[in-house]
Order: sequence, then structure tokens, then C-alpha cells
Amino acid sequence: MKNLPRLFYFAAPSRFYWLASKAVPWLYAIAAAFAVWGLYVGFFVAPTDATQGDSYRIIFIHVPAAWMSMVIYLAMAGWAAFGWAANARLASMMARALAPTGAAFTFLALWTGAFWGKPTWGAWWVWDARLTSELILLFLYLGFMALVEAIDDTRRADHAGALLAIVGAVNVPIIYFSVRWWNTLHQGSSISMTAAPKMAHAMVEAMLLMTVAFWAYAFAVVFRRCSAIVLERERGADWVQALARKEG
Amino acid sequence: MNPMLALLARDLRLASRRPAEALLPVVFFVVAASLFPLGVGPEANTLKTIAPGIVWVCALLSSMLSLGSMYGSDYADGSLEQMLISSMSGFELAVAKCFAHWLMTGVPLLLVSPLLGLLFGLGWEAIGLLALGLLLGTPILSMMGGMGAALTLGLRNSAVLILLIVLPLCIPVLIFGAGAVSAAEAGLAPDGHFYLLGAMLLLTSLGAPVATAAALRISV
Repeated sequence: MKNLPRLFYFAAPSRFYWLASKAVPWLYAIAAAFAVWGLYVGFFVAPTDATQGDSYRIIFIHVPAAWMSMVIYLAMAGWAAFGWAANARLASMMARALAPTGAAFTFLALWTGAFWGKPTWGAWWVWDARLTSELILLFLYLGFMALVEAIDDTRRADHAGALLAIVGAVNVPIIYFSVRWWNTLHQGSSISMTAAPKMAHAMVEAMLLMTVAFWAYAFAVVFRRCSAIVLERERGADWVQALARKEG
Repeated sequence: MNPMLALLARDLRLASRRPAEALLPVVFFVVAASLFPLGVGPEANTLKTIAPGIVWVCALLSSMLSLGSMYGSDYADGSLEQMLISSMSGFELAVAKCFAHWLMTGVPLLLVSPLLGLLFGLGWEAIGLLALGLLLGTPILSMMGGMGAALTLGLRNSAVLILLIVLPLCIPVLIFGAGAVSAAEAGLAPDGHFYLLGAMLLLTSLGAPVATAAALRISV
């Protein structure tokens, strides 16, 4: 048993802090490198789209941001639930650290979607099923953040946030499908984003590179924010005091 | 006496002692819905098209309005704590509280909705569908709202916080409740909307009281 990798080694806040402080610079470097590479492929290598011209190129930001917004919500709900069930403090801190980044990616996806929509559809916003459910996802993030910020007692805040995140995660598919049916009832099929022509190889490549960049960026920012939360909550602990003396 | 029935009777008795307060949500419902024609204009066809949506949005807001008092006063005077440590389970407590809330806000909305339908020029059939939708949907609002109220117990700005937390979760109810009437007006069968509302009612009845009980244990 002793030779098994210890799965929860970094669950101790002090060890996590050490890991984060070592990993964050590398993660930022990976994010920057892949972003430069991805944007280069996206802007200079990928061909101009036959129907949309160059305006489609915002897809390289838009689609990875939309993916991140959904993945981070699930990760947030998962960590929050684990933190609540197993009473693992670091998991709850991780959930809180994920929320602002998830909300930022959701906002980025909506905003770039608006920039994309204007030249392609002629409108900043249409009540398309995907746009609407992304907007509702932003509301769910805001509700989570508002709730945990409003509660002063950290333990209660973590558990209440976990409950809300779980209820939200259960509701996301229901909301998504109801918005889809609502949309088909009201709008007909004026817009179809799913029937896009097969994408060129370079386009997919740029999108995947940007996805790696966004993942690395999300890890870096979340680790950094989580470290700050660790320091704030563990400020009474010896190792934080020692750290504070060392840093002056 | 069954503790759930006792709690239900107590809540109703408390509400009947302050009838003006108990009627506030339904008054809000009527006033808010009457503002829309003034803002949108008196054009009959437009009003008829947007009527189901307006009635539903106002029902949503007015049932959120009274959530603060659902657990708030019991929490403030300590009786909620006593209820939680009593032989009654948290699930039963949540069910009784939600049912009382629904009887006090959902049912009055249901009874007043035909009047609003007439104000907006809906036909009798549409009014019937609207009321049926409200019958299936308002209990969901009470249960979802109960969870929000339990999570935000005793917080500053809890009234606004409840809205922010609960409203996004209630969007499917709004879509299918208002959608049933719109579908019927457009000549489509509204049955599917009611089936979905019924399914959501069942799902919420099973899930929301559990979540509310957990939320009460976290908050108290």
C-alpha cells in the first residue's frame, strides 16, 4: 500500500500552496506559448471562410471559451460536492476559486458570440437556444458567487454553495432542453449553427491549440486564486505565519 | 395530530391573523401585470400574444416576494431550530412549509389569473390552459423558492439573493407554462407542455424538499 501514489497528498492546504507556487509560472508559460501558436495558426494559416469571410476567426476564442465555461461549472459543482460530502476544505476552496474564472469564460463566450453574430446574422444578440442557455449559465455562476460571498461563516458558505451548485448542475440539462424546445416553437429554424460545413484542418488545429491555452490559463488563475484563499483561511496556521515572516 | 398537518395548520393560522400581509403577493401580481399594457400600449393583438408570458413572469416574481417570510420569522424567534430537532424530519418540515406557502400564494394567483386573462383579452379556452399551467407550475415555484429561502436564511439582502438564485432555476417552468397557452393560440396541441410541467412537478417534489432540508441544516 505504501508504494501507491498518495492520491490526497496535495489535499493538505500547505502542500497545495507549495504545488501551486511551483506550477503557476509554468502554467502561465504554457498558456502564453499555446495562445501565440494558436492565434498564429488561426490568423495566418487557417484559410478565409467561403461564406463568412474573416469574421469567423473569432471562433478560435469563442468556442474554447464556451467549452471552458461548461467544463468549469461541472468541475466547480464536483469539487463543491466533494468538499461538502468529505468535509475536505481544499475542495471547497477550489470550488470557490473556480467560480469567477468560469463566469469570466462564460462572459467571454457571450461577448465574442455577439461580435461574431453582428457580421454573420446582422444582430448582436439572437434568442438562439445556445446563446440563451449560455446566458442562464452566467446567471447560475453569478448566483453561486453572490450566495457564497453573502455568507460570512466560511463553513456555511461552502456547504450552501455546494448545494446550490449541485442543484444547478442537475438543472442545467433541463434548462438546456427547455430552452431548445422553446426556441424551436418560437423561432423556427432561422439560424443553424450545427449545420456548419466541414471545417478545414488548420481551423480545427487552431481551435484545439487555443483550447490547450485556455485550459492552462484556467489552471494557472484558479491555482493562484485558490492559493490566496488558502492563505486567507489558514492565516492562523504556523506555516502561513512562517511564510509571512520570510516574505517580510 | 400529524406533525406536518399541525405545522400546516399553524402556518395558515398565523397567516390568517394578518390577512393584509397574506394578500400582498396577489395584489402585487395584479398591479404588476396591469402595468404592462400601460408600458406596451393598448393594442389588443399584441397584448393577447404577450399575455401568457406576462402572467407567468408576474406569478414568478410574486411568489418569490413572499419567500423571505417562509422561514425567516421562525428562524428569528428560534422556533425553526426547535422544529428541526423535533421528531419531524427535515423533509416533512420542508413539504409542510412549501405546501402552506403554495396555499397562501399559489392558490390565490391561480384564482385571480382568469381575471388577468380577461384583462388581456384571452379567450376562455386560453384562460383555462393558463390556469391549468399555473396549477401545475406554482407548486414548483414554491418548492424551488423554499430551497432558496432556506439557503439565504438570515443573510443581508436575502430578498434579492433569493431572486438571483431561484429565478434561473425556474426558467423551464416559465417556458412550458407560458408555452402551453401560446401553442394553443398558434393552433398546436398544448398537451406536451402539460406533461413536461407535470414531470417537473414530480421531479421537484422528490428533489426540492430533500435539498431544502439539507439547506436548513446548513443554515441553522
